[in-house]
Amino acid sequence: MKKTLITLNEQETMDYGAKLANLLEPGTVVCLIGELGAGKTTFAKGFAKGLGITDTVTSPTFNIMKIYDSGSHMLIHIDAYRLVDQNFELGLDELIGEDDTFTLIEWPEFVSDLVPFDAVTVEIKVIGEDKRQIDVKGFSDNIGLL
Amino acid sequence: MVILGIETSCDETSAAIIKDGVLLSNIVSSQIEEHVKFGGVVPEVASRLHAENITLVIRKALEEAKVTLDDLDAVAVTRGPGLVGALHVGIQAAKTICMLYNIPLIPVNHLIGHIYANEFVKPLEYPLLAVIVSGGHSELVLMKEELDFQVLGQTRDDAIGESYDKVARVLGLPYPGGVPIDQNAKEGEHIYKFPTPLHGENTYDLSYSGLKTNVINLVNTLQMKGEPYKMQDICRSFQDVAVGQVIERTLKAVNDFDIKNVVVCGGVSANSYLRSKMKEELDKLGVNLMIPPIWSCTDNAAMIAKAGEVLYKHKLFAPLTISPDPNWRVEDYKSF
Repeated sequence: MKKTLITLNEQETMDYGAKLANLLEPGTVVCLIGELGAGKTTFAKGFAKGLGITDTVTSPTFNIMKIYDSGSHMLIHIDAYRLVDQNFELGLDELIGEDDTFTLIEWPEFVSDLVPFDAVTVEIKVIGEDKRQIDVKGFSDNIGLL
Repeated sequence: MVILGIETSCDETSAAIIKDGVLLSNIVSSQIEEHVKFGGVVPEVASRLHAENITLVIRKALEEAKVTLDDLDAVAVTRGPGLVGALHVGIQAAKTICMLYNIPLIPVNHLIGHIYANEFVKPLEYPLLAVIVSGGHSELVLMKEELDFQVLGQTRDDAIGESYDKVARVLGLPYPGGVPIDQNAKEGEHIYKFPTPLHGENTYDLSYSGLKTNVINLVNTLQMKGEPYKMQDICRSFQDVAVGQVIERTLKAVNDFDIKNVVVCGGVSANSYLRSKMKEELDKLGVNLMIPPIWSCTDNAAMIAKAGEVLYKHKLFAPLTISPDPNWRVEDYKSF
């Protein structure tokens, strides 16, 4: 299933993040693809909100990984920007895809070994100053409901 | 009383000895050169280098201070926030020494270390506002008294230092981005108008993601149109807004809480424009500004040993079973 969305500002990108969170099953891994400043963390903020997480979701670049708890689910937010395929020492592979967790991976190309075959991909393209094209792809039919 | 401080939260391996408030040694082995080729801190590289360096750094700190492990009364070590693998190295070293010599282990929150680094200048005066600005942190913390922390605001997205690193990357400047942007900004004009994030809002929070995106958009647009531009002008326009935002929130907190003492700390406090602009603005209000000496702005174990002395007074000792907490909040400094 594939769906293409156009957003005109950050808020709309966040809203789609929240909407997607409500359409996916726990255990899903979502890859966020896009250049620096495209809106990956913005989308992640919306996704967290959709799961009912009230903590402020900040960029995980410094810590590589941040974990949030919604009460019913965990959200693992990974930024692989600086990992360059050195993930196994960090034990990221032990956390990803557990039944009660959602996982968001920014810069998944740097940890390609960690990404399961059934991961959802969200590709954000800059098509104007604030305008973004978001291509969402995955096996779940629910993606069509976005 | 002799305390060994150990710091391995990010890319510096550091050990320091403090005796009754006097710093006897502070050894810092930076990994920055190793990380430059990756354009940032690589956690696995960081942990491995810490493991290679830690014993040498501790030995050198002891030698320079002319003390031996037998002389130690406690070991203070950074438990978080930071990179989990990197923190582990320092904590294991600290635990080992504490176990062998049967002395207390003091877990120190890295941010408290940054705040107490100022005590190398003079004792902190309360109430104070601590402005912590670094590669991983951007927080405004109110301290009504010693070891009393209330986080008033923090970044909603990227840390300020992170935005410097990312903007530097887009402009083709080296990592870490703070110094090159600061230097180039001095030769540039503020000709590009970037909006100040959260300007005028009733908040002490900071935000850097939008500013970063604005800079990237500008560079892309200029390159697409083939318009000539001076990288120095972009540095200046970015830095004015990036630092201006910290100043704006600081002044709001100073005003709202009737603060007379402001402490600026963390790696970005080495930024020359932030130092001079903050001083200028606070002088106008008659508010005291403390900034640690440049050598202690970046990560180091002297500040951890210093904070360790304060925590020792309150007997905040940990069992040898503790683990690092990569997201340890400053208010939770007693929970480990």
